[in-house]
Amino acid sequence: MTRAALSALWSFWRRNPLQLFTLVAGLALATALWSGVQALNAEARSSYDAAAAVLGEGRYDQLVPRSGETIPQETWLTLRRAGWQAGPVLEGRLRAGETSVRIVGLDPLTMPGGAGPVTQAGDAPLATFLREGTLFAHPEVAGALTAALPRPVVADPGLAPGTAITDIGVAQEILNRPGALSRLVLAETQPLGRPPLAEIAPELVRQTSRQSADIGQLTDSFHLNLTAFGLLSFAVGLFIVHGAIGLAFEQRRPMVRTLRTLGLPLGRLIALMAAELAAIALVAGGIGVALGYALAASLLPNVAATLEGLYGAQVSGALSLRPAWWLSGLGIALLGTALAASGAFWRIARMPVLAGGGRRAVALPAGRRHGRQAALAVALMAATPLVLWVADGLVAGFVALGALLLGAALALPPLLDRALALGARWARGVRAEWFWADTRQQLPGLSLALMALLLAMAANVGVSTMVSSFRLTFTGFLDQRLTAELYVETESAAERAALRTLAAREARALLPVLTVETRLAGRRAQLRGLRVGPTYSENWTFLAREGAVWDRVAAGEAVIVNEQLARRADLWPGATLELAPGRSLPVAGVAGDYGNPLGQVIVGEALFRDLFPEETATRFGLRTETPQALRTALVEEAGLDPGQITDQSALKAFSLEVFDRTFTVTAALNVLTLAVAGFAMLMSLLTLAGMRVPQLAPAWALGVTRRTLGRLELLRAGVLAGLTAAAAAPLGLALAWMLLAVVNVEAFGWRLPMFLFPLDYARLGLLALAAALAAAAWPALRLARTPPSALLKVFANEA
Amino acid sequence: MLLEVDGLTKSYAGPEGPVEVLRGVDLALDAGRTLALTGDSGSGKSTLLHLIAGLDTAEAGRIRLDGAEVTALDDAGCAALRRGRVGIVFQQFNLIPSLDVAANIAFQARLAGRHEPERDARLAGALGLTPHLAKYPEQLSGGQQQRVAIARTLAARPKLVLADEPTGNLDETTSGAVLEEMLALVAETGAALLMVTHSEALAARMERRLHLSRGRLA
Repeated sequence: MTRAALSALWSFWRRNPLQLFTLVAGLALATALWSGVQALNAEARSSYDAAAAVLGEGRYDQLVPRSGETIPQETWLTLRRAGWQAGPVLEGRLRAGETSVRIVGLDPLTMPGGAGPVTQAGDAPLATFLREGTLFAHPEVAGALTAALPRPVVADPGLAPGTAITDIGVAQEILNRPGALSRLVLAETQPLGRPPLAEIAPELVRQTSRQSADIGQLTDSFHLNLTAFGLLSFAVGLFIVHGAIGLAFEQRRPMVRTLRTLGLPLGRLIALMAAELAAIALVAGGIGVALGYALAASLLPNVAATLEGLYGAQVSGALSLRPAWWLSGLGIALLGTALAASGAFWRIARMPVLAGGGRRAVALPAGRRHGRQAALAVALMAATPLVLWVADGLVAGFVALGALLLGAALALPPLLDRALALGARWARGVRAEWFWADTRQQLPGLSLALMALLLAMAANVGVSTMVSSFRLTFTGFLDQRLTAELYVETESAAERAALRTLAAREARALLPVLTVETRLAGRRAQLRGLRVGPTYSENWTFLAREGAVWDRVAAGEAVIVNEQLARRADLWPGATLELAPGRSLPVAGVAGDYGNPLGQVIVGEALFRDLFPEETATRFGLRTETPQALRTALVEEAGLDPGQITDQSALKAFSLEVFDRTFTVTAALNVLTLAVAGFAMLMSLLTLAGMRVPQLAPAWALGVTRRTLGRLELLRAGVLAGLTAAAAAPLGLALAWMLLAVVNVEAFGWRLPMFLFPLDYARLGLLALAAALAAAAWPALRLARTPPSALLKVFANEA
Repeated sequence: MLLEVDGLTKSYAGPEGPVEVLRGVDLALDAGRTLALTGDSGSGKSTLLHLIAGLDTAEAGRIRLDGAEVTALDDAGCAALRRGRVGIVFQQFNLIPSLDVAANIAFQARLAGRHEPERDARLAGALGLTPHLAKYPEQLSGGQQQRVAIARTLAARPKLVLADEPTGNLDETTSGAVLEEMLALVAETGAALLMVTHSEALAARMERRLHLSRGRLA
């Protein structure tokens, strides 16, 4: 019985290969976009985990310098003698040829268990590690290190990308930082009765394990953005799957009835149909996972560059195939199919065995269904502001976005129906009247594809508005901030002295870059000291300000905070910030600081030197009318290496490159989503074309030529795509506003002004129209070439 | 007795309250016999057929078919009954459009687990379908499609053949030919035949005839 029933069910797909292709392709594309994004996220997270594992980040508390970058080795020895169980770590970057390698030096004998030289093959051989001065390096950098250092280097894929670990003594030697440590990793259990930290090492602060897992926290919003885009693409793909399954089930109603009347129990029938769909889903999911892998592999280098540029997180540029990832890809394909098919199964299960076996007309009278759909759409769109009002956070932002997009998609068919009814009312001539009525009748069959097109177009309008607004703001921001004509990186006190002498003679102003990373307003933040002058007071703009901001900052009476910190800690002009115990100052201004994940507080140079007297500026900005002459003088007179001098345009170009790479992935996903929607349109039109013959035959019989019928099919697709594009524009702008005003604020901490780009929208509208016409061309051509015998058959069957 | 129907009652919801379609119908049919059921449109002929096949449920009365209490069976039981003991020939043929003629003929026998390819071939030959075995239903005429439906039913060797206006979609000449072939083959298999028809001429070809009027048999 099972084999007979399965062969009957499968015969449907054999006889309708186009529908099978639509289903498999839709599901494969949806799975590909989803699993591609998941692969990118998994690769990045695995890199963070590998990086954290070396130092036990997120697991062990650490001692870090209160200010500055290093801890003297004597401090560690003092702590050890006092009973503190702590392992030393020195971190630094080493140039090996063209590659920059993160060197991590540690002492395996004193590192707490679980942290330290853990390699893919297990613990690194201790003797090698200690005696031979070996470096264990990620394979991507092992070659460069071998060439650059006269030491044994072992490639180890278990390490974080771009990282090498070695004994602390070796690290101090190759980084040229003798006796210096970056941090101390504390064992979980410490002996009782040891002296408090404030007593023996007051210059150190204890950072709890939660605080140290910063990279994961910082990049979460980036990954959530990617996930949201993956989900949107998946949803667009599911529209295709839902349409294909719904149509197939609708067409199989007569078969279902026949099977049941011939004695196939309903339960068995549903189980067999579910098994059949599951098999298709697994095949499509497999194809999707393979495509997703290819997609992720092509996008990973850009993602890696973005994560490094934005967050300083090292992510491998090579993708590994993880079982959990491809299993989850197959799982999501199965889940998506189940979701898309649940309604169809519900209808089959409830269909009485004596129900009309004939296919229900695909174009059902719109009335009641559109009414229900419109009510749901209104409810979802009303929920959007409600969610934003009652809940905070990035997830709430995405939930609100989801409600808005889904509500708008559901509202589209009723809206189009009303627009087409209006067209019918204005129609003049019998052919035009028939055209509008027939287009209206096709709406239910095409509505899923049109909803997918609406979502894809709205996403394109929204995301491109957000990215372009961001780029415009960011370019303006760079012009404000990168005002110095030259930037110089010094390596020694002698170089700094030479620079000062030369600058006093040749430059308009020397601007030291004084920055320390510290904790302010209860969170990790940067404190920056500025030499207040026209460079800043003439160029910087504020999002909020109170009084003469720069005068107050120069006098050490107020601070400026960046927008991220203002939003996170509610520090707006008038609020007070504690810079050090007993040292609180009011906030005078809030400035935009795009691209910086950390909060930042700006004080006058004098106050900064007062707070951190031991801090020395190593980077400087130079104002001059003759940058080329100054650059030459810096090299020839001050003895600086040309590599230490960067000009303004190079820095701007670099910043913009980081920015553009950040959105390369988004742009790629954007285009793919639009392509998936175009595919949905093509498949819907092709599938409907076969069912259109009985509807078009009477018009042909009454004198409309096949060529005219073909042209009208093309026009119909154009009208529907045009109306959908018109609806997508305001939806896309609403999406852009939510991305700029809600999602960005939650994800990155800054709110951006929204700019409009009408030419871009017009270009996108034309693109969508062209895609719809291209999708309609083939079915229209087929229709124009339908042999008269096929059209006559419609009447023959009526006998 | 192969089929016994006692006091069968069935009503449908109408705009002005329930409409009684069958009012205590009694009926009996022996194995190997033929019976015509006639009546006006809406007299309940098809409803009676559907109840006997377990496709619908009655409000009162009982149906015994080959020793099985049809009215007491659940959905799975009714499905097993249709698979194993009953064959139905519909006016609309109800073939599976995606299977070719040969697969359609074999289909119910395969569901019932007693498929005999030689029997399919014999039935196809007797009904003039041999040249069309590789064709799909949409490539056949109405008469040919009905012949496929009859072959499918008889290939499964049912004990009772229920035919609901089996020639209602065919012209007069084709209709006569199809009926002749069906009667001959039913007689050959030893099955009983209960046929619903509007046609006096077709009814006259059955051994017995009953007329259903206002929900009662006469």
